[in-house]
Formats: sequence, C-alpha cells, structure tokens
Amino acid sequence: MTVMEQRGAYRPTPPPAWQPRTDPAPLLPDAEPYRVLGTERADAADPELLRRLHAELVKGRRYNAQATALTKQGRLAVYPSSTGQEACEIAAALVLEERDWLFPSYRDTLAVVARGVDPVETLTLLRGDWHTGYDPHEHRVAPLSTPLATQLPHAVGLAHAARLKGDDVVALAMVGDGGTSEGDFHEALNFAAVWRAPVVFLVQNNGFAISVPLAKQTAAPSLAHKAVGYGMPGRLVDGNDAAAMHEVLADAVRHARAGGGPTLVEAITYRVEAHTNADDATRYRGDAEVETWKGHDPVVLLERELTRRGLLDDDRAAAVRRDAEAMAADLRARMNRDPVLDPMDLFDHVYAEPTPQLLEQREQLRAELAAEAESEAGPGTGSGAGGTQR
Amino acid sequence: MTTVAAKPATMAQALTRALRDAMAEDPSVHVMGEDVGTLGGVFRITDGLAAEFGEDRCTDTPLAEAGILGTAVGMAMYGLRPVVEMQFDAFAYPAFEQLVSHVARMRNRTRGRMPLPLTLRIPYGGGIGGVEHHSDSSEAYYMATPGLHVVTPATVPDAYGLLRAAIASDDPVVLLEPKRLYWSKDSWDPERPTAVEPLGRAVVRRSGRSATLITYGPSVPVCMEAAEAARAEGWDLEVVDLRSLVPFDDETVCASVRRTGRAVVVHESGGFGGPGGEIAARVTERCFHHLEAPVLRVAGFDLPYPPPMLERHHLPGVDRILDAVGRLQWEAES
Repeated sequence: MTVMEQRGAYRPTPPPAWQPRTDPAPLLPDAEPYRVLGTERADAADPELLRRLHAELVKGRRYNAQATALTKQGRLAVYPSSTGQEACEIAAALVLEERDWLFPSYRDTLAVVARGVDPVETLTLLRGDWHTGYDPHEHRVAPLSTPLATQLPHAVGLAHAARLKGDDVVALAMVGDGGTSEGDFHEALNFAAVWRAPVVFLVQNNGFAISVPLAKQTAAPSLAHKAVGYGMPGRLVDGNDAAAMHEVLADAVRHARAGGGPTLVEAITYRVEAHTNADDATRYRGDAEVETWKGHDPVVLLERELTRRGLLDDDRAAAVRRDAEAMAADLRARMNRDPVLDPMDLFDHVYAEPTPQLLEQREQLRAELAAEAESEAGPGTGSGAGGTQR
Repeated sequence: MTTVAAKPATMAQALTRALRDAMAEDPSVHVMGEDVGTLGGVFRITDGLAAEFGEDRCTDTPLAEAGILGTAVGMAMYGLRPVVEMQFDAFAYPAFEQLVSHVARMRNRTRGRMPLPLTLRIPYGGGIGGVEHHSDSSEAYYMATPGLHVVTPATVPDAYGLLRAAIASDDPVVLLEPKRLYWSKDSWDPERPTAVEPLGRAVVRRSGRSATLITYGPSVPVCMEAAEAARAEGWDLEVVDLRSLVPFDDETVCASVRRTGRAVVVHESGGFGGPGGEIAARVTERCFHHLEAPVLRVAGFDLPYPPPMLERHHLPGVDRILDAVGRLQWEAES
C-alpha cells in the first residue's frame, strides 16, 4: 500500500495530553546568591548561632593553617586546604543532627573535624598511615572520597535505606564545581529525585578544579540551575557568608527531613590557597583575583557583623583565638609523634577472612620482616646463618 | 544432590528461588536493577519478587549502572544487603569505578569497620546468539580487583547454593551467571534446596586419570562433553569445576593435577591476560615435578566478542579441547 492509499484509511487521533511533570518555576535558584551578612536580614540572625559560627570559623582557619604547616614539616603527605571556604565547611557540619550522615570529599576534612571526628583520625588519609582513620559509624561520617562525586550516590543510597527502615536520617553530600561534571553527580541527583531521598547536595563552587576554571567546566547558567533538570530545587548562596550558608543548608535539611526530597545548593566561594601544597596556582590565576576574594573573607564578614551588633568584644575574640591555638597545639603535638605501623595489618581487612592466597603472602612478608630484623641486628648475634634462604 | 522428589528445574528457576528464599529469611535483602520489578528482569530471574515482597524490596531503578551500584553501596553502609542485577556483562562497565574504587575497597579502607555485604549478579558469556555487547566474558577484570569474591555456577544446584552464599557473605561478591546455561536443566528439588556451600571451593565434576580439564561456568558442560568424547581416544579426563575464581581453590586443583600429571585450562574469556594464564602459572608453580607436559590453555581468541553468526568459531568447543589434550606430550608415555 502506498502512502497516498494509506491516507484514506488513516484516522488521526490526538496524542495523549502532555503536561510538565513538575512545575519548573519554584525549582529555579534566585538570580543572586542568597546573603544575610551586610543585609537587613542580619538583624534577625540568632546571636548565639553567629557566635558559634564565628568560633568554629576561627578554629577552622587555624586548623587549615596548621595542616598546611604539617605538610612543610613532612608530617602530612599532602593537604588540600579549605582556607576561604570555612563557612561552607562549618555550616555543613553544624546543620546536621547526630543521627544524620555527612559524605565529604577529600577537601572537606574541616567539615569532618567540625562534626566531631578527631582531627588526627581525620588526617590519617593525608598522613598516609592508613586510608580512613576514623570509624564512619561513630560520627556518621562516610570516608573522605577522593574519586570525585563517587560518594554522592552513596549518600543517596544511605538516605534511601534509612527511609525504607523508617529512620529519620538526612544525608548531606559535599562536592566541588569540578565534580559536577562527573557522571556520578548526574546519576546521584537523578536517583535522589526519583526516590525523593532525604539528601542535600552541597556544591562548593570555589572557582577551580585544580587549574581549570568554571567556564571550561560548564555552560549552565549556574550549577544550581542543574537542579531543575532533575526536578529538585536549586539554591544559590554566598558561600563566604556563614549565616546565609547555615540558613540555606538548614532549610534544605528541614525540607528533606519533612519528606520533600533532595535539594541542590551551590555555594559561591573561592579557593584562596593552591589546590594542594604540591600545586602552583600562579600558573593559572593572578594575584589580583585572589586579593579581591580576600576582601570577601568569611571570617572577616562574620566579625564585622558581630562587632556591629556588639556580640564580639576583645575578651571574647581572645578566648576564641585561645581555643583555636589550643586545638592547633594539640594537633601539632599529636601529629609530630610517628604513627605506629604494623605491616601485618595489610592483610587483615581485604576480606572478612583472608583468602588462602593472602595467608601465604602474609607469611612471606612475615619472613621478610624477620630476615630484615635479623640483618639489622647485625652479624655475630647468633642465628644469622641462612636467614633469607629460599 | 538428587532427591526422590526431584524434578527437572532450570538454572534460572534455581536463581529465582535463591533470591526468594534469601528475601523471605532476611528483610535486609533488597533486589535492585533495571527491569527487575514489574518485568521480572530480562532473563526473568527476579520474576514475582516485586509482587511478593513489594517494590521497596525489588526495585526498578533508573537506567544508570554506576548509580545502581553506587546507591547500593550507600544502602549496604546503612545495614541492608543489596543484590544488584546488571542486565548484561557489557552493560556493567559503567559501574566499574564504583566496583573498583569503593565496593572492593570499603572494608580495607575502614579497617573492617564498614564492610559492604553486597551481591552483584552479572549474566555473562556468549553462545546465545547475542548481538554486540551481549556476550562478554569479563571475569578477568573482576579477578584482578582485590576485595571482591568472584564466583560462577555451572549447575542448577550450584546456582542456588552460590547465590545464597553470596548474599550471606559479609564481603562483596560478583556472581557471574553463564547466560547460556540459564535454561539448562537438572534434577533439583526447590522444596529441598542444596545446602549453601562456603565460597571458594572447587569440585571434581568427573574423575579421570589421564589429564585434568580445569574450567568454570559455561565451559563446564563443554568440558564434560569433551571428556566423554575423549574416551574414544583412550583418554580418561578429569574435569574440575572451579566455581570460585576468587578465592582460588589451589588445593582441589593441584590435588587433581598431581594425580593426572597433565592439565588444560578451558574458558571463553580471551587467553591473553585471561584467567587461564594465572591458573596455569599457579599450577606450574605448585605441581612442576608432577607435570608430564606444559599446562595448556584453550580460550576465546584475543578479539572483541564476535558477531553471533561467527561466534561458534570463537567459543572453545570439544574439538579444540581434544586438540589441546592431544598436545600434552603423550609420546613420553609410550
């Protein structure tokens, strides 16, 4: 039958009615990053919260400086600093309840410490004596994730599992601007939205993925706009405004807890230091840009507000600094002790029970270590003969 | 393994039954994957589970393998026992990063504080006339990833036993299901299923004195057939079904080779960098003084899996296996 012949018998029917599955308008981020400090909203901010944020930010800045110093002393293999991003890190930790979970990336050790994990255990990965130094279940903090964005689906799965079990648990997952280009970012947000999982995604847009600026990373109007495509709200916030960060993240956590599903929060901030101590930022950005951002410093912004409202006198400022120094001194002292290493640990946690092959390899290493110890003890110590015989 | 009441059952039925029994016994067992809910999976392995246990226990996920495995990791972190279905071998590759960077490492990374009891079911292998991306033998990738158990059944009772053992394991297990054996039948009574074997044990499928065929999964029936045919040549072949690639059962394999003095490793996976190289090396290192000939390999060719009309030339068959057996330096015997 030709097309013309078919036409006579063909009775057109309208396709099923189409409508958008979600109204996109309420999901769109604000045109400007949300700010509290330096605006009329600041008057409504809770003084106790502002003081708490300030104490934590000062401590956080000191922690970053101390950890960076430890790399220079050879006590840390590498340190990716969050200097300039303290408001994001602290707010992320403070908005969660004890029963909630935090999913950090490798730059988020400060959030992990603010959540209550021992700083030395937090830095185990970067010292290099093991991978994860803390018990994730103790403070409900997932291991620091190095492969970018791969921890985001974990947060979704955990939050989903908690909801299936009827537990009131929210997961907050942290990622950077570069990480939003990864496939796992897309898949995590999609799963979270489809499952209405109680998750908050915090993107710290600090301007760079090592050396690559955001313009080479995305053509989206903003990273927060990406939320709309998944059917979740996107929020844009000034990441150096601790009060705004706390308010926006707390809103998103409340929304998730109430069964409203996930939120994507983009915090506009800046990585003041190089990517890590091993990076040279002068190869890809100018001092002027860094100086501009230093003029919008999260600690200074908060101190200005506290001073304006008479919430920070010299005594209080000194007490906050003392606390920070004490934290740094303790960290320094404990990190300056050599970690206790047991090479036999290598074989203990590959499987619940070591395989026969791993047992053989463990014996091999044990024999090598015994031979090493014997040769270090030197000749003439007796049983040296044939120690390394095959 | 055969009981009086046993009726013929397929491997697919045994796998379904294993999932159902595990879900009934343990509310923390959750099945997830593409089309596993309403449809019951493209191979119908999850048939009826969503209806019986609800869609929260047997969940149709978005079509994204990294997302499926990644969210399963999070679920396992919270104390569930996810059983993830990958639709086909070659569609599991997007999940590879989650598998290598997280699933395999989480226990080790956290010094045993955060084990991941997670089962990854992957239909694998060829011989079903599948078009491109539907017939890969991807076991070498998984074997090369420390922290994973890798097991594969060749019989109906083992399909049940290995899947139950995988779900019960506190470690992540990759269960490779030979898809061309899904409809293979065996006497098996679903009301009295086989005891769950501990993972990591090989089994002698056929005893013989002349040489050992070391094989697994889809190649086991081929080797059994080859062993029957070899009788006409005067060879009495032993067939060892590995069942578990990780951990590897050196004990059973080497005991067999020491008895027979000759060995051929048979698998569909490519020979270069394939499991057979590792197996031949292990056998040689451990049984050198018992060997009458080098350990030989019969494997798929080292090429991307062929189109269905040409796959019979690629898959190790009876003739190719017997040719290899013939090259085991029998002249020394005479």
